[in-house]
Amino acid sequence: MATTEVERRRGQLAALSIAVVVIIVGVPLWWRTTETYRAWLPFSQITDLSKLQLHLSADVEVVFARGTLTPEQQKRVPLTQTQDEEHAVDENTVLRYTHEIKYRTATIMEEDALSKPTAAEADLSLHMLSESPCGSSVVYVIPEVSSLLPENVKVYIGQRRTAMLRMDAEMRAGKTVEQLLAVLKPQIKQVLQVMSFSHTDITAALSDRVRFNPGDQESMTHSMRAFTSSPGYEITFSLLNPDPKSHRLHWDIEGAVQTYIQPFLTKLSPVANFSVDSQMLHYAMLGVNPRYNNERGAYILHADSLAHVINPVEARLGSNAASSNPVLNFLLYVPNAQHSPIYIQDHKKMEVPSNAFHSPRWGGIMVYNVKNLYGPEPEFPVDIDINMAEVMGVFLTQLRLLVGMQSSPPPPGFSVAPCGSVGLADWELDRLMWSRSVENIATATTTITSLAQLLDQIGNIVINDNIAQQVSSAVTSVQLAVAELEAGNLGFALQYSKEAILASEKAFFDPSLLHLLYFPDDQKFAIYIPLFLPMCVPILLSLLKIASEVRQRYREKQAKKD
Amino acid sequence: MAAHRCSHLGCVLLLFLSIILVTPSQETNVGNEQHPGVADDPRAGAETKQTAEEPAADERRWEETEVKESQQQVSDTAELPPKLQAKEDFQEELVIRPLHSGDIYASFQFRTVWETDFMKGNKVSHYRLFPKSLGQVISKFSVRELHISFTQGYWRTMQWGQPFIPSPPGAELWVWFQDSVTDVDATWKELTNVLSGIFCASLNFIDSTNTLQPSASFKPLGIGNVTDHRFLRYATLPREIVCTENLTPWKKLLPCGSKAGLAVMLKSEKLFHSSFHSQSVHIRPVCQDWQCKSPSWELRQALNVVFDLHTSGQSKREWSLFKMFSRTLTEACPLASSSKIYIDITDNPQEEQFELSPATPLLSQAVVLGDRRTYSVYDLTQQVTFGTVRSLNLMIRWKSSEGDMLRPLLHAERYVAGYGLQTGEIHTLMYNNHPFRSFPVLLLESVPWYLRLYIHTLKVTSKGKDNNPSYIHYQPSKDRERPHLLEMLLQLPPHSVTEVTVQFERALLKWTEYTPDPNHGFYVGSSVISSLVPSTVAMDTNITMEQPLFSSFFPCKEESSYFVRVYTEPLLVNLPTPDFSMPYNVICLTCTVVAVGYGSLYNLLTRSFQIEEPNPGLAKRLANIIRRMRGVPPL
Repeated sequence: MATTEVERRRGQLAALSIAVVVIIVGVPLWWRTTETYRAWLPFSQITDLSKLQLHLSADVEVVFARGTLTPEQQKRVPLTQTQDEEHAVDENTVLRYTHEIKYRTATIMEEDALSKPTAAEADLSLHMLSESPCGSSVVYVIPEVSSLLPENVKVYIGQRRTAMLRMDAEMRAGKTVEQLLAVLKPQIKQVLQVMSFSHTDITAALSDRVRFNPGDQESMTHSMRAFTSSPGYEITFSLLNPDPKSHRLHWDIEGAVQTYIQPFLTKLSPVANFSVDSQMLHYAMLGVNPRYNNERGAYILHADSLAHVINPVEARLGSNAASSNPVLNFLLYVPNAQHSPIYIQDHKKMEVPSNAFHSPRWGGIMVYNVKNLYGPEPEFPVDIDINMAEVMGVFLTQLRLLVGMQSSPPPPGFSVAPCGSVGLADWELDRLMWSRSVENIATATTTITSLAQLLDQIGNIVINDNIAQQVSSAVTSVQLAVAELEAGNLGFALQYSKEAILASEKAFFDPSLLHLLYFPDDQKFAIYIPLFLPMCVPILLSLLKIASEVRQRYREKQAKKD
Repeated sequence: MAAHRCSHLGCVLLLFLSIILVTPSQETNVGNEQHPGVADDPRAGAETKQTAEEPAADERRWEETEVKESQQQVSDTAELPPKLQAKEDFQEELVIRPLHSGDIYASFQFRTVWETDFMKGNKVSHYRLFPKSLGQVISKFSVRELHISFTQGYWRTMQWGQPFIPSPPGAELWVWFQDSVTDVDATWKELTNVLSGIFCASLNFIDSTNTLQPSASFKPLGIGNVTDHRFLRYATLPREIVCTENLTPWKKLLPCGSKAGLAVMLKSEKLFHSSFHSQSVHIRPVCQDWQCKSPSWELRQALNVVFDLHTSGQSKREWSLFKMFSRTLTEACPLASSSKIYIDITDNPQEEQFELSPATPLLSQAVVLGDRRTYSVYDLTQQVTFGTVRSLNLMIRWKSSEGDMLRPLLHAERYVAGYGLQTGEIHTLMYNNHPFRSFPVLLLESVPWYLRLYIHTLKVTSKGKDNNPSYIHYQPSKDRERPHLLEMLLQLPPHSVTEVTVQFERALLKWTEYTPDPNHGFYVGSSVISSLVPSTVAMDTNITMEQPLFSSFFPCKEESSYFVRVYTEPLLVNLPTPDFSMPYNVICLTCTVVAVGYGSLYNLLTRSFQIEEPNPGLAKRLANIIRRMRGVPPL
């Protein structure tokens, strides 16, 4: 009897130890060998990113020219002041703007510069004196009697980062510095709205993150018009000649690009890289037949039909074979001799003077009529030289819009200097860089958070080391960019935000993320059922048996006690 | 200004209201007044009028661009010095050769020559006749020469003679890179991907396992004496199917597209209803003039097609442009400097064979492929050609079906011999039909790695005797990395067949390496035979002389011989193919075996063993029963 009992106990122990080995060694071993590789991702930092707190700060210098302050006031001018503003755009995004305002009086050289006859000259010589860093701005307060500005102009905004503000009677009235500054401050704020970042710009740049309420029409149109931020753009000028039989067109695109477009692009080079090329397309027709208007004696292209114009042409434009950057298309369409001239009409049945239109995030097209360049009975084909100055003026304007230059008119009383041969003022570039940095940060954070969410939700995607590395470098770059924005280093902020966007896109679009998407867990279990079923059934049965025996013994013990 | 701003605001409000009230769309006026103060400022000019259509309806909204006065600085610099533009020249040509088999061979060639230089880091970005997409490819990847062809069907040299531009079935790509390229393999990989996008073909399947670096067979066809074959890459995809989606991007590269000129006849429904179709693009640097100081770039687009007019219905032997292409010609491409149709009438000097209408007084002679041929020429740039009906429909009516074709001097064929799925033998036969002259040929064989060549079994025999190659370049394959490459220089004796045989073993692939239809077999690309064949007439060696396009593709260095390239048939080889549910079966079987072993082990370990009283035997039990009945105690 004793020996059978010993045998039984040995059997039970064996069953238990097999169960223990299977559970402790076998199952984890199987799990580890069949599991997909998932590298570690900085999830906690990514969740931090989903709550974005952007702090933008810029330096502003306010310089008082001679005759604006009384000696008494001069002594009591404070050195610095900060202006803070905070907006909560939505529950996850908070914007804070800081303007660090430094006050000082003008130096002698600056006084000299300000005594130039015109504002433009003063602007130029002030620029020669000192170069203000990217993102900052200088406001010169000039006396009321100064002849620099015309009568009705209160503020003059220069080509660089300087503005001139004329004292007015209200300010004169203020006896103490505090009173004066109180009057001055809102005016300076208005100047900064134009020259530095404004809330509308920044919220428009956040469109990737934040859903707009439909009332925000203006900024929405703007943000939809401009191209989204990208490290590079391809600009393609295409000359469409639907009728090579009658028109032999010549355009000096090379010289025109050198003269008109290249300075603008060179100036924009901190924001993105641009490459320019051009082509001629023959027999490229518009998708719409313009209607003949008897009164006008010309063909009319109505604004409603513009949307259909491009489709057949676009097939022939071709994408850039050598890069994957977005393409900005500028088309010059010379109507064929039979359907000429063509004029574009807007919604009010008015002719558009430039005869050009543009499409958001695509490019622009200009209709160039050549009918009046030759007589009524010409001998075809006619050689035609295209006036590139006229064409490039239109294309440059469209390019500014598509790149994302703000086009809102300046507030009343403001005069803005013409932007010179470059086509772009320094402060405009700053504004673009502010909004581009913010846009990049917003895009990168949304990309990373959605990637993290996706990877979190689908458990059997392989995460390779290079993806993890891209994600962490994107996260670090975003953090650096945010920090640089806060410190006011605009150039670095843009640089880091660009790196962030590149790394995040690379991680998001990595092809390895698709590999095992359709190999779900239930199939894995199904394949291993022939192993698990015969293995687990005896273990489970013997475990049950052991449990019931233990329970029975326990009950017997209880009975004995009773 | 203030009023303007107010109107701005008011309009936005108005717009908003109109949307809410769903009133019919209303004309709104935003910023339409002229502001003299800012007239010459593009910033103000950039104001655009809001279109009053429903705002969220279109994602892409069209806006008129309003530019107020051209800019000051723009008009300042408006006087640009007129620049000399590089000359570009476009020619188009169609050659029609009636074949003795009754088929018609039509060969289109389009050639753009551009006096510009893509080499030495020159940035070329303004295109006129030259297609931009190809130009960008050349600049970005520093390409010196690019030859790409897509072919459907096999060129039957024995029946049709030599084509003007030969090409193997499927896709073929060979590229010479400039010597400034440092990582040729990476550039090649990227280039094939880009070309696959441009031509809608599966060129992206070109990788190191089907890329070769032939040492002698593919020399540059343009100028430049770079012969370092490190910069050459050659690949074929014998399985590539060529169809409309490849033709459309090819036609797009033409300056006139398919809207004017000879290209109007390129209708895919007719072109692909043919025995043979081949389209190719060749880019190379050529000489600008006879001094050859600076290069021009030549883009040659060729399309060769052989129509089988016998089988397509009528038994009458006659054809016309309209019958072949379902179009007639009405004009030349206005951009072309020359636009011509050549009809080969060499075999028909007295019109005894066929009758050509409309007749043309223009005749031209050209030396092509070692023979002097006579052509009737139709110049499309002359209005006279189109006659009174203003359309040209060439027609040929046959009178007799006699006449022999000269056998081509060189042709070749190839096949696989052997049985079973383990070993086999590749036979390549080369025919020299010249009655008394022997000439050298370069044979290039490329065999994928999964056919393991036994190079010691390589045997070359002609006329029953061993033929020793004077040059052999053999590069063994590496599994999953590179194919076999075998190049040989052979002398073909006159009037002989030379046979090259080599044995191979078929490898077993990994289960993911099989194609979706593995039982169809695996293709082995054509062998390439390049040769200088003795010519019966003196060849033109002057490269700059005005010549028809079809005779000027291969440069000719000496008068006594001409260059010919012959492609053999591709091979289709069966490989041992496994059952593809194998991995699942393996897992299931292993699991079952493990489970069975485990079950018995488990039983052994957990059962408690007891010594059982042995059962009394049957006799004893019976005895006991009897004893019990008798009342006697059991045993």
